[in-house]
Amino acid sequence: MSRHVLSLLVEDKPGLLTRVGGLFARRGFNIESLAVGISEIPGLSRITVVVGVEGAPLEQVTKQLNKLINVIKVVELEPEQAVQRDHMLIKVRTDATTRGQVLEAVTLFRARVIDVVSDALIIEVTGDTAKCAAFIKVLEPFGIKELVQSGVLAMGRGSKSITEKVLK
Amino acid sequence: MTTEILTGAQAIIRSLELLGIEHIFGLPGGAILPTYDPLMDSKKIRHILVRHEQGAGHAAEGYASATGKLGVCIATSGPGATNLVTAIADAHMDSVPLLAITGQVGSTLIGTDAFQEADIVGITMPITKHSFLVTKPEDIPEVLASAVLIATTGRPGPVLVDITKDAQNKKAPFVWPPKVDLPGYKPVTKPHGKQIQAAAQLILESKRPVLYVGGGIIRSGANKELLALAELIGAPVVTTLMARGAFPDSHHQNLGMPGMHGTVPAVTALQKSDLLITLGARFDDRVTGDTKSFAVGAKVIHVDVDPAEIGKIRFADVPIVGDAREVITELNAELKTVLATKKPDIAEWWQFLDGLIERYPLGYTHVEDGKLSPQHVIERIGALSGPEAIYAAGVGQHQMWSAQFIKYERPNSWLNSGGAGTMGYSVPAAMGAKVGQPDRLVWAIDGDGCFQMTNQELATCTINNIPIKVAIINNSSLGMVRQWQTLFYNERYSNTDLHTGTDALMIPDFVKLADAYGCLGIRVEKEEEIDAAIKLAIETNDRPVVIDFIVSRDAMVWPMVSAGVSNDEVKYARDAAPVWDGEE
Repeated sequence: MSRHVLSLLVEDKPGLLTRVGGLFARRGFNIESLAVGISEIPGLSRITVVVGVEGAPLEQVTKQLNKLINVIKVVELEPEQAVQRDHMLIKVRTDATTRGQVLEAVTLFRARVIDVVSDALIIEVTGDTAKCAAFIKVLEPFGIKELVQSGVLAMGRGSKSITEKVLK
Repeated sequence: MTTEILTGAQAIIRSLELLGIEHIFGLPGGAILPTYDPLMDSKKIRHILVRHEQGAGHAAEGYASATGKLGVCIATSGPGATNLVTAIADAHMDSVPLLAITGQVGSTLIGTDAFQEADIVGITMPITKHSFLVTKPEDIPEVLASAVLIATTGRPGPVLVDITKDAQNKKAPFVWPPKVDLPGYKPVTKPHGKQIQAAAQLILESKRPVLYVGGGIIRSGANKELLALAELIGAPVVTTLMARGAFPDSHHQNLGMPGMHGTVPAVTALQKSDLLITLGARFDDRVTGDTKSFAVGAKVIHVDVDPAEIGKIRFADVPIVGDAREVITELNAELKTVLATKKPDIAEWWQFLDGLIERYPLGYTHVEDGKLSPQHVIERIGALSGPEAIYAAGVGQHQMWSAQFIKYERPNSWLNSGGAGTMGYSVPAAMGAKVGQPDRLVWAIDGDGCFQMTNQELATCTINNIPIKVAIINNSSLGMVRQWQTLFYNERYSNTDLHTGTDALMIPDFVKLADAYGCLGIRVEKEEEIDAAIKLAIETNDRPVVIDFIVSRDAMVWPMVSAGVSNDEVKYARDAAPVWDGEE
């Protein structure tokens, strides 16, 4: 299975997420992650979706997405020409003896501690998917009590914007 | 200039009038009641009250398919809306321009499981080109104008507009024309010049080209351009189930229908071709059979207005996104220059195909159980009614025979449910076609199974003076399913006997049923009665006519390529495969 990051510029209309999600489900495309939020233009949203493609080529995914009336633009972001970030919150078990080691890992991964109690820390980390996975591995021996992760956010490098040329 | 203040309901009717809508098929109920009030006063819109919302949906489809215009249906919320679902799905599969308007419960009641509430926008999302939920009266003109634009342009399809009851009741200034703002909708109709040149080059080099023609030709109104293209190249033409009538059957280049029940020459031409000139067709599994072994030696030019169809099933060597009519017009212009000095060398190809045409004409063997041969009945209907008539079929054996044994000479004369395979399509579709084309003779060629799904619309036809002719090809069973049971399930006929034949319980008696609906009912059991009955039906125009043709249940549809197998395995008749290489 090959993994692709798609960036969608969409109209912020009711049911938009259902349309996109439903399309993936009924065409048998696999969503690995999904992140939705505002864009710099009022009324338009950005969706970053990571697609696992097997069999059917990615081209079918983008063509079908383009057929949705509320989808204005679909761009594939190649890893080398885009920045990609996951955002993760991890609640890890700590005590007086392990806290130092955990904080060392936090520094190494340029993560941040955002909540502290006597027997646990909440750590915030951002980075690409591989870094986040590596960080989890390091923390696992201490005991991960809870973990939440956002979908991948991605943006093309350079000064261009995908909203350029779209709206006159 | 003063702006008029209208209720949402009045705005709906006014917008539809201004959008040129002349006919609506529908049935009122609570949530759409406000709209039915101003509808009563409209001088421009004729509303036809159906007996079931599915009938309204198929009637709107038949209207659209017969006229090339938008079909409109209207229903109330909840079950009214869900009854439209089958017709909407059908229109989605066959790219029929359809506008479905539904009432919705008041906006403050949405999400509360209110009486007759159904999330019809959610339910129909996968089967519409687009859908709208309207909760404010001021949005109505823009949404309806957008809906009509989306339904009728690009690849046509169904659009649903769900309007809450309070949006119909509240007032707002009526502004026309509204601003239509669809930044994500820009269908490409004009082809890329380089692709046209590349296509012309492939055509020039081809030794075994075939024009693989789909329903897109009919939807785009490209039949004249297609005729010119075909004659320019001299290549054989195959017309899919959705494209019957896109190219005249009387034309010597027409090999007929390809696919599961296609002619041997059409199926074989695709299989042995070196170039498929694919025009508004989508490599449906009923055409290709097993795709891995489909036309393995062929390059593909694929013309479609929907970019997602190109490369979906089959790789296209020359993909051309555009409206069929515009593409073929440009291709013809290009070919006129390219072919001026040199023509593709296809004499050998025609020699091969002519041999197939001669050896494997469409035909049937008469049955021996004393009943009528269904193919013969359908052939006579076509022969006596002619190419100016409209034929709407249901789904099953009678549909295939109607596609095979009626000669189509013009587009929009053959209506059927191709993609969805909706039993029950025929009677309401014929009704809609007759409303749109009142001067044409309109036949519903139906099965005894299909007919029992939607025959309530005969009441609509009788009361509204819509004199359609219904030919029931009555084999007292679900014929196509029975055929598969004969061929693949050791003749174990599980649940396919419908008991409608004259030697069965005859429930219902279709002649009595016709009579109950105020139609002329005729039963035909003998071959010598066929022509007289058809002629009487054609002459009777003061009410609908239903002819109950008692046919043999043993008749089967041939040729046949079994589901999922290679088109190389086409059977001309049971246990009879065609010989292709002349080693007879």
